[in-house]
Amino acid sequence: MTPTLNEYLFISGLLFAIGLGGVIIRRNIIVIFMCLEMMLAAASLTLVAFSRFNTVDGLPDYDGQVVVFFIITVAAAEVAVGLAIIVSLYRARQTINTDELTSLKG
Amino acid sequence: MMPSPLFYLLAALMFTGGLMVVFMRNPVSSALSMVLSFIGLAGLFVGLNAYFIGILQILIYAGAIMVLFIFIIMLLDLKKEDEHPRRGAAMAAGIIIPVVLLIQLAGVLATEQDSPKVPELMLQEQAAEYDKETIIHKRLADNRLPDVHLTGRKIFTEFNFPLQIIAVLLLVATVGCVALSKKQTKTVVKKLPAQRIPTIASAPDLTSKKND
Repeated sequence: MTPTLNEYLFISGLLFAIGLGGVIIRRNIIVIFMCLEMMLAAASLTLVAFSRFNTVDGLPDYDGQVVVFFIITVAAAEVAVGLAIIVSLYRARQTINTDELTSLKG
Repeated sequence: MMPSPLFYLLAALMFTGGLMVVFMRNPVSSALSMVLSFIGLAGLFVGLNAYFIGILQILIYAGAIMVLFIFIIMLLDLKKEDEHPRRGAAMAAGIIIPVVLLIQLAGVLATEQDSPKVPELMLQEQAAEYDKETIIHKRLADNRLPDVHLTGRKIFTEFNFPLQIIAVLLLVATVGCVALSKKQTKTVVKKLPAQRIPTIASAPDLTSKKND
């Protein structure tokens, strides 16, 4: 008895929903950023599940896994730039709480 | 392919880790729960015969990115998040919107009556497709899945151009990080004298170095 494709898709939707909830609920920019990473990882799980369930000539479809490889690379670059922005934001304002960052309200 | 109980165990690990990221007050606990969540996710990847992606997930997310997060939390010296009086609205929105999303997803998945079962891999039949000298051929003939070799073959043949674009992206990100985290230049300092003066007064070490 092995899990079906639907179970994998539902589990990845669950992880995506948790990440989305975290982005809405939390006020700390660093934790919001972690929740964004979780949403990216949920998308990766979907891609890997599809790659395994759609075999090409008896082997998994490696196109999906290569895309996950690129997603991980982009996520790493995104985290590096995002954290640099957070550090310079903290230097300018002494806070990383989204409630106190309201300059765009005018 | 892994059996169902193991799948549910890893999924539960991932799920609890994710919930702990959202509901822990201390950012350091959030970061460590995220490692837990990603270890569960890497287990799921390994269960899907994607060994390379699973290892990459642990190395990059749990190894590199989380250390970066914890490092920044340490640098910024954050206090625990205070209780906010109008937390209720955000809390309600943050629970209702994901639940609506999940209900929609479950509705879509329920329309598929017999969800596809996992197809068997045919390793030995595929061995003839590759040259006799290659590791891919030897492993496939051995009835083992040469996951890393097949992924690498794909990346360096079909996805060669995207790979180079990604390399440029990494370079740009590196340059961007250095530019962002550099100290403010003199021109900016001149524009904001009022902000600069108290910083110097509160950090005597900096001023003594400036005099040198």
